[in-house]
This record gives sequence, C-alpha cells and structure tokens, in this order.
Amino acid sequence: MRFLFKTDYNQDIRLAKHGGQTFWYSLLGLFLVTAPWVIQEYWLAQLTFVLIYSIVGLGLMLLAGFTGLFSLGHAAFLGVGAYTQAIMVNAGIPFPLALACAGLLSAAVGMVVGLPALRVKGIYLGMATLAFGFIVEEIMARWEHVTGGNSGLVVNAPALFGWELESTNEFYFLCLVVTVLATLAIANLMRSSTGRAFVAIRDSEISAQSMGIQLARYKTMSFALSAALAGIGGALYAHKIQFLSPEQFSIIQSIDLLLMVVIGGLGSIHGAFLGAIFLIVMPQLIALGKDFLPAAIGQAAGLQGTVYGLVLIAFVLFEPMGLYGRWLKIRAYFQLFPFYRKGMFKRQKSFQKSDRLK
Amino acid sequence: MQLLQLLISGAAQGCIYGLIALGFVLIYKATETVSFAQGDLMMVGAFAALAAMTVLGLPFWLAVPAAIIAMGLFGVVLERAVVRPILGQPAFSIVMLTIGVGYVLRGLITMIPNIGTDTHTLPVPYAGQVLRMGGLVVSAEQIVVIGVTGLLCLGLFAMFRYSKLGIAMQASSQNQLAAYYMGIPVKRLNGLVWGLAAAVAAIAGLLLAPITFVHANMGFIGLKAFPAAVVGGFTSLPGAIVGGLIIGIVEAFSGFYLPEGFKDVAPYIVVLIMLVLKPNGLFGEKLRKKV
Repeated sequence: MRFLFKTDYNQDIRLAKHGGQTFWYSLLGLFLVTAPWVIQEYWLAQLTFVLIYSIVGLGLMLLAGFTGLFSLGHAAFLGVGAYTQAIMVNAGIPFPLALACAGLLSAAVGMVVGLPALRVKGIYLGMATLAFGFIVEEIMARWEHVTGGNSGLVVNAPALFGWELESTNEFYFLCLVVTVLATLAIANLMRSSTGRAFVAIRDSEISAQSMGIQLARYKTMSFALSAALAGIGGALYAHKIQFLSPEQFSIIQSIDLLLMVVIGGLGSIHGAFLGAIFLIVMPQLIALGKDFLPAAIGQAAGLQGTVYGLVLIAFVLFEPMGLYGRWLKIRAYFQLFPFYRKGMFKRQKSFQKSDRLK
Repeated sequence: MQLLQLLISGAAQGCIYGLIALGFVLIYKATETVSFAQGDLMMVGAFAALAAMTVLGLPFWLAVPAAIIAMGLFGVVLERAVVRPILGQPAFSIVMLTIGVGYVLRGLITMIPNIGTDTHTLPVPYAGQVLRMGGLVVSAEQIVVIGVTGLLCLGLFAMFRYSKLGIAMQASSQNQLAAYYMGIPVKRLNGLVWGLAAAVAAIAGLLLAPITFVHANMGFIGLKAFPAAVVGGFTSLPGAIVGGLIIGIVEAFSGFYLPEGFKDVAPYIVVLIMLVLKPNGLFGEKLRKKV
C-alpha cells in the first residue's frame, strides 16, 4: 500500500501525484517517442489514428464526462475542422495557421450550437445537437463549390515552414505533439476553477448556480472548448485520410465517438485514450477473430456492428465506469491485497431525480 | 390540387413518424427513458412479417397479427433482460444502452445469410393500387397508412380511457410511487409498455414496408421520428401523432418548394425552432417543483 504524505498544498494539485506515476508516464512517453523505430509501419498508422481520436475524445469527454452535456452531433465539429483545414491547406495557407483557424472556427460553431443548449436539458439537448449534426452534414454536402459536396475533397500534406511532412513517421510526431499539448491543456483546465465549475454543473446545476457559477458562461465555454478540440482532431484527421467526404461525419461517426467515451470511462482523461484505443483496436481484433469463427458468423457483414453493440450493452450493464473504471478496480485490488472487498466501488443505489418535475 | 396531393403524401409519411414517435413517448411516459431502438424494432418487425410470409408461408392476414404479437413479446423480453437492470441510472446510460440494442438488432439482421443484406418487397394485397379522385392521385399504401394510424389511435385512446390496464399505465406514468402504493404491478406494466411500443413499431414497419421496401437500414427513419416527438412534446401521446404529421407535411412541402437538400434538414430546423420557442413541445406539460 502506498501512503502519500503531503506537506504542501501544491502537492494536492500536482499533475503526477507520486513518484510511481512519474515513472510510468515517463516510460509511456519513452515508448511513444521511440515508437517509429520499434513497431511496424501499419501499427504506427493505427497509433496515429488512436492519437487523433484521443484528441476528439478529450473534447467530448470535457463536454459529456466533465460538464454532463451530452452531444449526439459531435461529428459535425470534427467535419467542420476537417473541411476548414482541407480548404485552407489546399489554398496554400501554412499548416499551423490553418490548424488554429480550424480550431477557432469549430469553437465558433460550438458556441452557436451551445446557445440553444442553455435553455434545454437532458434529452432535449441531445435532440438539439442531433439536429445540428444533421444540418451541418447536409451543409457540407450541398455547399459544393467550397467543400466539393458528395464527390469529396482531396487534402494536401501538411507543410511546416516549407518542410513537407509526408512520411508516416513525421506525421506521427506531429500528432503526438498536438496530443500531448491537448492532454496537458485539459489536465490543467480540470484542476483550475473553470474545470471545477464544469464538474459542479454536471453534478447539480441548481447547486452550482447557488454557488455563483454563471451557467450560461460556463456551458458555452464547455461547448466551445470541446468543439475546438474536435476541430483540431478533425484537421489532423483530414491530413491522415487525405480524402474527405460528408458521409464520414454522419450520425454514425457521432455515435462512435460517444461509444468511445462511454466505453473508455466517463469523467476521466484516461477514458478518452482507452476509448480511442478500443475504437481502433476492436476492428482489428474482429478481423483476427474471424478466422476462428464458423464461416456463417465470421464472414457475415453485420458482425462488427453486432460486436460493438454487445460490447456497449455489456459495459453499460456491468461496468458503467468503463475501461478506466475497471483498471481502477484492478489497481485497487493489487494495492490493497489481500484486503480488497467486493463492494468497494459499488455505487449507492440512488435513483435519478425525475426530470419532468422541474 | 398540388397542395392537396402534397398534404396527403406528407400526412402518410408523417403518420409513420408519428407511430414511431408514439413508441418513444409511451416508453418515456412510463419509465422516463428515451429509447433509440425504436427504429430498429420497426425494421425487425418488418423482417418478422417478411419471414412469416416467405419462410413460414402464412397468408397476409395471418402474418400481420403474428408479426405484431411476436414483436410485442420481444419488446417485453427486451425490457426484462436489458432495461430493467439499469432503470434508475442516469438517463445517458440508458440512451447508450438502447443505441447498443439498435446496433445489435441491425447487426444480427444483417448477419442472416442471403436475406439480411438484400432489399425485399413485402407482398401486400393492396400493393400498387392507385385511387383517382378528380385530379388527385393517391396510392393505396398511403390511404392504408393514414387509415391504420387513425384506427390505432382510436384503439389506444379507448384502451387508455376505458380498460383497467390503460388506466394503470396512466397512473404509473403520472406518479410511480403512488402507483406502487395502490398495488399496481409497476415493473410488469413497464414490460408491457415496452411490448406495446415494440408492437406499435412493428405496425409502423408493416405500413412502411410497401413504400420503402424491407432492408436492414430501414431503422434510420426512426431518427426522423425524434423531431416528431420533440415537436409534439415528449409527454403527450396525441402530441406524438400531431408532431409526426407536422414533420411529414413540412418535409413534403420543403421537398417541393425549397431548393434541393432542404428536404432532409427541414425536420431538424423545425426541431431547433421548437426548442428555442417552446422547449416542451406543442402539447408537453411543464410542471414546476420547488427546490
């Protein structure tokens, strides 16, 4: 068992709580930095996808996990960022400027989406974001002379001060840098007063208002930041897949993002990363497992959807804290061995207050 | 004349949306959960009728009630197996669960060899017939949709007003604790409500099948039924049908009068306007409680 002896207030808000965390995260950092020389190119490409989806996941985690606002149309922000980046880079604007613009434009769209969100709660917010998602997707498809419509848009490679990043390795390092910056930004945000305000809004809006937190301001900020991160992720996504079309940002992508966040573990930064890993690794596992299943099941077209659905149902029913929650339980078991008791993480069976009696 | 034509075709489409929205509202009223699986239940209902007619060889008039009853039972089983364990958890978890159920249903249907990935026609006796009245051309499918929806609404109204079961369902949706005190078996009723919603979805699927054919992605129409439920108000059963009609008619008119592309987004623009002006919908109730 590890006992943390604190002598200083700053120790409470440090990012790495103790030496063990510093050690393991440094090891992870070492692995990520040396990855291009350690793992094969195909898996490096998958790792790049994981990093890109983690950035988007961090945004959605901020909105859904930390502020409690569930957005069913997040792929729209992804699309806005991707198309902005594609159009700007194709017009010759340098990569960092284009990235910043993609983030800012997505944030602006996020604020526009957030405005009706201030008035509605719960399922109605989901409906509003769903509606926005459809509208943005349709705009992307119809605005042909800017976005190329349904026939798609080809994206040039990112160019940094005259140096074109064409190889997988270079693009991987670019994504890694952006991911690390985004993670540090979100981690810092959550230990600041703004982050605490977000969590207060999630836990109880009325109490947050009584404490003097301006709901409108913080909800809009949450939407804007979350959309900005999704936009930045979308910009990198555009460069990765090099060909954009509006179907990639449909409601199915939105639900995939939500799936990622829920399975990863709502309310934690690790959850975004674990969810992204799940989202990218699951199709590979299904593809590998196909050979072991009888032909009727293994070769069927709907196998991936069925597996995703079953995993989602299983997680919601049996492991609501997600993958990160399961890791916390395993870690607690080993830390407290042999004193771990079965009910340590059991939620109090509290019932959701009726939304109808407001 | 064009106006009337658009009105009828919009109303027919709107009735389908209204029926799926009816399922949403039934479930929301009883258990305050939103079910994203209604569209996929509709698709499974249509496939069930197809299986009854082609594989089992039942005639149309036998296959339809069989499919509806089978879907009702499936809804009850679904509620018992998957929904009851997590009632009471945050609404978001339940939404994700129903999304997962939708994924599984879609995947399972697609996995059926040969049948799942194709588009099929449902052999209905009134297929292709057209009614001409004056300058109006109305297809038999549309009339059947509107007629069946009307009859179903009357039937549900009668059930909720006059039968003990209906009154018990109303009671448990208004105040669950009081219903428990009065000896109403609330959990069993919730199962029945899910069964009823699944049966209504099956009816919607059977009505939609002659128009859009039976295929695994039929369920996405369910997403358009959400605007219908929002417009009508999530807590009102007639509101669901009215909301569906409004959305259907708006869609028909915007498809004809507005430039291309507006047809698909018109329902969502209506939703946004509704949420800004009247968040509880046209017929929704707004109750207040002191903190």
